[in-house]
Amino acid sequence: MSNKTSKPRSRRAAAPTNNSDWSAESHRPISATPSAEGSLLIRQARVLDPASKLDGTAHVGIRDGKITYVGAAAPRETYDQQLDAGGLWLLPGLVDLCARFREPGQTHKARFATETRAAQASGISHIVLPPDTVPVIDTPAMLMRVHGIASQSGGLGVHVLGALTKGLAGEALAEMSALKSAGVVGVSNGLQPIRDVLIARRALEYAKGLGLTVHVFAQDSTLAAAGCAHEGPVATRLGLSAIPVAAEVAAIRFWISLIEDTGARVHFCRLSTAKGAGLVESAQKRGLAVSADVAAHQLFLTDRDVDGFNAQCHLLPPLRSAEDRDTLRAAVRLGVIGAICSDHQPHEADAKINPFPMTEPGLSGLETLLPLTLALVHEGVLTPLQAAARLGLGPAQIAGIAAGRIERGAAADLVLVDPDSEWTLYPERMLSAGRNTPFAGRNFRGRIRHSFHNGVAVHSAG
Amino acid sequence: MSPDLQLDSRGRLRHLLTLEGLPPELLLQILDTAEDLEQRLRGPDKKLALLSGRTIINLFFEASTRTRSTFELAATRLSADVLNLQISASSTSKGETLFDTLKTMEAMQADLFVIRHEASGAAHFFAQHAAPGVAILNAGDGRHAHPTQGLLDLYTIRRYKGDISKLRIAIVGDVLHSRVARSDIHGLRALGAQEIRVVAPPTLVPVGIEQMGVSVHHQLESGLDGVDVVILLRLQKERMLGAFLPSMSEFHRDFGLTRARLDRLKSDAIIMHPGPINRGVEIEGDVAYGPRSVILQQVQHGIAVRMAVMAMILGDPATAAPSRRRGARR
Repeated sequence: MSNKTSKPRSRRAAAPTNNSDWSAESHRPISATPSAEGSLLIRQARVLDPASKLDGTAHVGIRDGKITYVGAAAPRETYDQQLDAGGLWLLPGLVDLCARFREPGQTHKARFATETRAAQASGISHIVLPPDTVPVIDTPAMLMRVHGIASQSGGLGVHVLGALTKGLAGEALAEMSALKSAGVVGVSNGLQPIRDVLIARRALEYAKGLGLTVHVFAQDSTLAAAGCAHEGPVATRLGLSAIPVAAEVAAIRFWISLIEDTGARVHFCRLSTAKGAGLVESAQKRGLAVSADVAAHQLFLTDRDVDGFNAQCHLLPPLRSAEDRDTLRAAVRLGVIGAICSDHQPHEADAKINPFPMTEPGLSGLETLLPLTLALVHEGVLTPLQAAARLGLGPAQIAGIAAGRIERGAAADLVLVDPDSEWTLYPERMLSAGRNTPFAGRNFRGRIRHSFHNGVAVHSAG
Repeated sequence: MSPDLQLDSRGRLRHLLTLEGLPPELLLQILDTAEDLEQRLRGPDKKLALLSGRTIINLFFEASTRTRSTFELAATRLSADVLNLQISASSTSKGETLFDTLKTMEAMQADLFVIRHEASGAAHFFAQHAAPGVAILNAGDGRHAHPTQGLLDLYTIRRYKGDISKLRIAIVGDVLHSRVARSDIHGLRALGAQEIRVVAPPTLVPVGIEQMGVSVHHQLESGLDGVDVVILLRLQKERMLGAFLPSMSEFHRDFGLTRARLDRLKSDAIIMHPGPINRGVEIEGDVAYGPRSVILQQVQHGIAVRMAVMAMILGDPATAAPSRRRGARR
């Protein structure tokens, strides 16, 4: 059977790569693009499927946008095309729990057209948008508007969190039932605080009644105040107003006490502290319906990277201590933190051209999500299967999205990675409209060869 | 931080943004240059031709009278042309960014900008974006640094107390918000001060300040015990009330320098304050003008130190006094 292929086995994994001339933009989807109606057999990749705990060489067949075959032996059926993937890793397409595409409302920063392309080139099959667009997504009409914009780009699963309170003002509940009917995958107050404890409790109760997960950015707004850096020696030396660890810890404790009270399902977004991860772990052990994610950069950078007033490291939550980072890594490995996200916040260049406290926080993270997570694999923090779980299955389960699996019948959302190919990140070659990255010039190991969304190759390189 | 941004390839001063990371030899060279300049201006003629033909712009985004005046005097006494610009925060919010302001001012062909801004890191920002050949002198950025104040404090301490490496110094008051405290600490550490204490209630001590090489005291009495120098910090009343301090009088009760508390100090200790003082808050009025106070001398030294920095950044390298041996003064 396996002799049917006429193509010689590709040795792309071993091929020398030229760092300097690579750019995602120069690599269009593979020439013979399988349409959703066609069929493709991906031969002999190292298949990583956390759901079945499969980590081994296998053939994966795609037909009519679905996965039709997964097996060590070649399938009996014939496929229109075959792709020899020896030496490559095949992962479920990534599910990014937090990416801002800035549209509508802030199109001077980014648009769906650019960011969709960047996501596809980054192996991301599904994204979850927070509700803090301008205007806020607190009505079904706004949700439909966003989906309308997204559909013009296509080739990416776009999911939306609805507002928890009207206008994210923290004063009145949003129409969550209507939002749910219109298709939100959860509710959130974005980065805005809910100062009124009664509103917070009622919001959890109401969301629970609808079976909606509440995504909480846990940061006490009064403790964080106007801070722009982690409270510690670096912020003290630089004279930057600080955000203490207690801002996260106090908020998580507060929300956990309301979860105990209401039984609501809460997802803690963008953990930054060791203590915060510890609180989530103990809540999980007590059987509370609590999950958490972390932004990929939070597993690498620390407050020391802020030194020299590096505005690209002005982030929210702030970069914390090395101890915090190391504990977050351990929590990701253990699964206490079930998802790694990009926390993508593209900015126009001007947003970072100012003295540090006056710059806008956030980084352009789509294009470093998979490379950073692969770095955790290369460093021995995660196994390849764990990496696939935290990038795909874990976030898919948190958001209730049918994704993150490589099994018969599942949508063919897949990413084929050359795990050892080395490259350098140059901001000017990024596909996102936001080139605000603290990882400029960083060398990465592991590059995406093909991204498939519903069986369609939406990105191909090399 | 950023010695590379502040120094040229030959180790000479290009910008002055912070005292952090500056070599002790350079700090001493600035102090020695200030001393030479002060001596040269002892007569009735208070003008030197060192920076004749150079243009200095004082760009103040924060209100300031005395600091700006001393910078203006320093520049004038070096024969530079000086332009004072007070830019309120509101005018920068009318669409022009700080970057635009810098570029506009550069077009006026200034050689040096003296900049004060409320954001920490503002001086670094200007230095990073300034055209080659345009120098930045930080006159205070947020809570981060006020390097000429730090230098004039070092100058004053050396003048009255001699070798800094033998001294115990207490810095008292609102350390949290103080760029003066941070610059003093960097300077005193670089010159090897025996002990630096910060003395304040916990609400006014930033986390991790010990890592800058100081010890923390929350009681004034123990903090003043046996010190050679007391540096009082100005309390900004408007931002203190509420969460930082219950009242000014309570601060004065626990941390105000009173006649009765002077006994804690060494008998020949000096008292310093960057000004303007809050009488009856940080310090009792008659202590401020008492025999141990050198507060007015600090103002006078400020002019010499600022002249030295301007001359070393802009002038002929030969202007600078030859570096003397570290700490071997008087």
